[in-house]
Amino acid sequence: MTTDVEAPTPPKKDEERPESFLSLFLRNLWSANTVTVTALSILLALVIGAVLMVVSDSTVLSKFSYFTARPSDALTASWDLISAAYADLFRGAIFDPAAVQAWFDGTGTWQAAFNPISETLTYAAPLVFTGLAVAIAFRGGLFNIGGQGQAVIGCVTSAVAGFAFGLPPVINLVVALLFGILGGALWGFVPGLLKARTGAHEVITTIMLNYTATLFLSWLILQKGVQDPNRTDAISKTVDASAQLPAMPSPLRVHLGIVLAVLAVIGISWLINRSAFGFELRAVGVNPPAARTAGMSVARTYTLLMVVSGALAGLGGAVQVLGTADKLTPQVAGNIGFDGLLVALLGRNKPWGTLFAAILYGALRAGGNLMQADVGISLELVTVVQALIVIFIAAPALIKAIFQLRAARSARLGTSMAKGW
Amino acid sequence: MANDHIDITVEPGEVHALLGENGAGKSTLMNQLYGLLQPDEGEILVNGEAKVFRSPRDAIAAGIGMVHQHFMLVPVFTVADNIALGAEDVRGGPLGILDRRRMRRDVLATSQKYGLPIDPDALVENLPVGAQQRVEIVKALIRDVDLLILDEPTAVLTPQETDELLGVMRSLAETGKSIVFITHKLREVKAIADRITVIRRGRTVGTASPDTSEDELAALMVGREVSLEVTKGAAEPGREVLKVRGLVVDDDRGVRAVDGIDLDVRAGEVLGIAGVQGNGQTELVEAIMGLRAATAGTMQLDNEDLGALSTKKILQSGVGYIPEDRSLDGVVKEFSVAENLVLDMYDRPPYGNAVRLNPKAIADNAAERVTQFDIRTSSAESAVGTLSGGNQQKVVVAREMSRPLRLMIASQPTRGVDVGSIEFIHNQIVHERDNGTAVLVVSSELDEVVGLADRIAVMYRGRILATVSPGMPREEIGLLMAGITGADEEEGTK
Amino acid sequence: MSGVSTATVEDPTEVKAPERFWSRARRLGVGLVLIGLVAALFFGSLAESKTARFTLSEDAEGAALSINGQFGAILFGIVTVVTGGLLLAGIAHRRQTALLGLGILTFVLSFLCWQVAGKFLPLVDTVGGSLELALPLILGALAGVLGERSGVVNVAIEGQFLMGAFGAALVGTMATSVWAGLISAVVGGVIIAAMLAVLAIRYLVDQVVVGIVLNLFALGVTGFLYERLMQTDAQKYNQPPQLPEWRIPGLADIPVIGPVLFDTNLLVWLGLILVFVIHFGLTRTRWGLRTRAVGEHPTAADTVGIRVRGLRYLNVLLGGVIAGAGGAYFTLVSTGSFTKNMTAGAGFIALAALIFGRWTPFGALGAALFFGFAQKLASYLSAVGSPVPNQFLNMLPYLATIIAVAGLVGRVRAPAADGVPYVKS
Repeated sequence: MTTDVEAPTPPKKDEERPESFLSLFLRNLWSANTVTVTALSILLALVIGAVLMVVSDSTVLSKFSYFTARPSDALTASWDLISAAYADLFRGAIFDPAAVQAWFDGTGTWQAAFNPISETLTYAAPLVFTGLAVAIAFRGGLFNIGGQGQAVIGCVTSAVAGFAFGLPPVINLVVALLFGILGGALWGFVPGLLKARTGAHEVITTIMLNYTATLFLSWLILQKGVQDPNRTDAISKTVDASAQLPAMPSPLRVHLGIVLAVLAVIGISWLINRSAFGFELRAVGVNPPAARTAGMSVARTYTLLMVVSGALAGLGGAVQVLGTADKLTPQVAGNIGFDGLLVALLGRNKPWGTLFAAILYGALRAGGNLMQADVGISLELVTVVQALIVIFIAAPALIKAIFQLRAARSARLGTSMAKGW
Repeated sequence: MANDHIDITVEPGEVHALLGENGAGKSTLMNQLYGLLQPDEGEILVNGEAKVFRSPRDAIAAGIGMVHQHFMLVPVFTVADNIALGAEDVRGGPLGILDRRRMRRDVLATSQKYGLPIDPDALVENLPVGAQQRVEIVKALIRDVDLLILDEPTAVLTPQETDELLGVMRSLAETGKSIVFITHKLREVKAIADRITVIRRGRTVGTASPDTSEDELAALMVGREVSLEVTKGAAEPGREVLKVRGLVVDDDRGVRAVDGIDLDVRAGEVLGIAGVQGNGQTELVEAIMGLRAATAGTMQLDNEDLGALSTKKILQSGVGYIPEDRSLDGVVKEFSVAENLVLDMYDRPPYGNAVRLNPKAIADNAAERVTQFDIRTSSAESAVGTLSGGNQQKVVVAREMSRPLRLMIASQPTRGVDVGSIEFIHNQIVHERDNGTAVLVVSSELDEVVGLADRIAVMYRGRILATVSPGMPREEIGLLMAGITGADEEEGTK
Repeated sequence: MSGVSTATVEDPTEVKAPERFWSRARRLGVGLVLIGLVAALFFGSLAESKTARFTLSEDAEGAALSINGQFGAILFGIVTVVTGGLLLAGIAHRRQTALLGLGILTFVLSFLCWQVAGKFLPLVDTVGGSLELALPLILGALAGVLGERSGVVNVAIEGQFLMGAFGAALVGTMATSVWAGLISAVVGGVIIAAMLAVLAIRYLVDQVVVGIVLNLFALGVTGFLYERLMQTDAQKYNQPPQLPEWRIPGLADIPVIGPVLFDTNLLVWLGLILVFVIHFGLTRTRWGLRTRAVGEHPTAADTVGIRVRGLRYLNVLLGGVIAGAGGAYFTLVSTGSFTKNMTAGAGFIALAALIFGRWTPFGALGAALFFGFAQKLASYLSAVGSPVPNQFLNMLPYLATIIAVAGLVGRVRAPAADGVPYVKS
């Protein structure tokens, strides 16, 4: 019995007329590709934020109680609140048209015009580092949730180096930054070592170390030698001027940190994609048994990765202290660790994505400040919006369903690495 | 498209074999019959009635049972719990308290009825593979099936266990049940089937009777004339490259897997290790490669002690390793073909050094290997996961054979690979041997070992029972694989 | 042919490999010997030679178990060394865990003798307080058990606590009913659980990531609403009635155990009863068998017709109910009003208790009690004026968690399919 071999016939395609660029572009725009999903996630998150705003404002809520009688009252009140709040968000983060106008007129300074951007970049700078810390760890298969603790320790070590050594100008700054890196690296080394040696899951160990670090900070500030001798409250000595990051002229706060951040992005991008270590961590991140069989040491990679990740977060803390805060307080590290986590996820764990996500989140924070000062909407709303954005981009299928998007060309979206313990 | 307009009919009381090579679409077909997948077109008729199977529930209700290739058993449950799962006997009304006594009774009853001895209280993870398979079969039979589907059931059995299974299938068919038996093994198909449907590339290419010759069946399966033999010249063995003495290795559960093995592999020869999976071959190979610590014994590569070396050093000393499960640890699916081709060499010149990679060298290497090893891929930058099983395996082979080797260890080198790639890989292995490399092939496919090896060591329960020549009759090798040496042959036939 | 069947391939006479010398037991033994020496020498020398009184009543007088502080420190230290020695010598293989527990217990007793010398430790308050502090951990860990045994990792316990605590405070105050508060705590937990379930099971998002983000989301929402509503008008929104303490006469008179177990609030009983109920459910009922199957080998479960995703949804939501109730503890029992981020990581400690307890209800109970005791000890020591600074004492539960997860647990095995979303292939 002989049979001929037939190549399997490809499914018949209808003859396609070449599409115009515009219609192709529009068709791809309204599909579930990364950019569209991100934009729509942000939009949806802002909408939900608006709902929260309205729901928690008693004045506006009271207008809803007679909604059926005079709907316009409730709607106008809601709209006024929302637009005022989000306008503040914009004005505080990007630019304030009034201030720009004043600058052109000559009635205002250029500093005032650039202040919003300065604020955005100031908030963004440490987030880039903590975001990179999380991102690189994720690529290697590790969940480093300890960015906050590592940043706190970085704050501590860099601040102490900043006021304790009294070295000459540039050297003092470099040493202080190095100490920040070392502090974070140490705080990352511990969970990394425990994971490599005992298999202790890094989610738990890093989170526990977060709380430990914060407690340590609050204790350290009050100790002799650290506490500001002229104060009785929990404030440390001020970092020497020679150890502070150079900044733009006052009242602008943006400092060299943002430049360092961009350099870090370039460096980490090279590290992940072009270095031998990057090859190893990527292999271990997706398939530890294959990495092992090919001769790589998974334990060593995990440990080294947590050290690098911690170092990055520590540098973020150093940048925060040496650039913005100038001294230690119990809240000096703010939320940069947790925000860094969200930033990394939004940036799809890629270095450049992390940079842009950090700028976005810095903008939200800067704008949120104005929103809180002006309209009285709590800064917590910004946290809610930030978390919602990440939830939505992590489930692109949800966005796709809500907005009826077409399927994207490439199906690689979101952060689903789905590994569990 | 995995199944392209397939028609197939099964009669009651018949053993119907579904024959096709790896990747032909047999399992996909059966998964639709069992409700695990939904067909896009066509219909399924059971006893003349059209049925739709949205989930295995529906299939079970229609009297269809399936024994999967990879067992669907929960390792940490007992046999009885596994069998009862989904159809548990309960009491206590809505609380659903398990009636374990009744479950045990039912299991024992079914087991005795069909002559499949199992222990209801044993933990599945402690059972040998043959016993686990019996559990799976009882699990299907206890639900009153009329049609039983067996997916590649003999892949993990010794020749003796295979014969037992074929006997069970025959007796089940005699009670009126229909059996569909999916396989790619010609010998078994001829031994047991009443009718054979051959599937190739998702289509039925014909029905055959068991009288058809193996060569004709193979030609039907593959679509061209296939040589089932490996062509090779005589071996010219040289120095001893790998020397293993008294090796003792334990598995993850602390059980002794390798129990004192002596091995020699010479340059320019192929030593084949025959034996059913689970007799310590995996642990033996892992120990040689430094992936598992040996408890005792020595391993030497050209008089260099292997036991002290890390896996990386071993690979770099000129040892090539094709692991037995490529999707587990052979390739990184998310990496590109080019990256996989340097997976164990990326930090050595010219592909890179301890600090950085050399992308150009990696890309050039990829282009060369893809051509040399006939790796079918749209681009060297495509993720390896998009390649077929055979081509993925060729990536592994290409990677290991593209550097000078003293020793090559190939573990199950053609598992799950299409026939064309099987031929190619076998030729590569012989080629490597002819270049003077010492080759160690571990395979549970006896045909492969007999075809490739110049000497065969039969492994059973962690020991080498005997080292024989490939010319020995298959039945005798089969006996050795089942642990029956000449001494206790009489006991075996009790 | 069939005669061969019973001969060869039956009983796997597996040879158990002889134990390595430095087995886990031996290494733990060394650890115990070391800390025992620290206890006997260090604590012993620092301890004052005064009486340490472990009183049965709340005040310094009354019946008590007394022991000389220095003597006790040294004695218990030596016992710790002995248990370590037994483990080291490889004796009593089966009693490993018990010996380990005993060793840790005597180490803690030695430490206490040092600290309590010259002072008193009210036993009832300590044990009862530990149980109460452990309560949210028990409930949170049980919630985790339900989800994770069916294969869904639940890192969002912290968020479920926060929503529960907030809901209980808000609705409890507005409706002036502690029961309404309790119900709305449950609702709060279920909201987060539902989000987790949908994102993890349907949209296949990485479960650890989604859990962490949900925690941040809950933190933000509760913080925002707290500032909007509660900060401005605490009386209207943030003064929930507290859960009453109920006393069972007779049983409550048993020394120490009585007041702790039988003169307490509903949540404590709920937690303890749930431990038994869930244990029974998992091991003896059809639901439990299917849940465990789905968590170990979902494909196998699917092939016998079990609805894998549906069961996972159910269990995650049930877990949300329990965790939400655990959140109610914070505002209806412990502090009486909501503050931002008041859970301070309790959800993660509950997660650690889950792992420490090897994903079983009783294990989780034991681990939660251990962590609760660590917290209680910290607050006792700071109240009593220990030389160790306050902040370091507060680190105690967190450090204990790290040690537990890294050192004491050994390599644990999560349910095999834990964290892996089920996709039909």
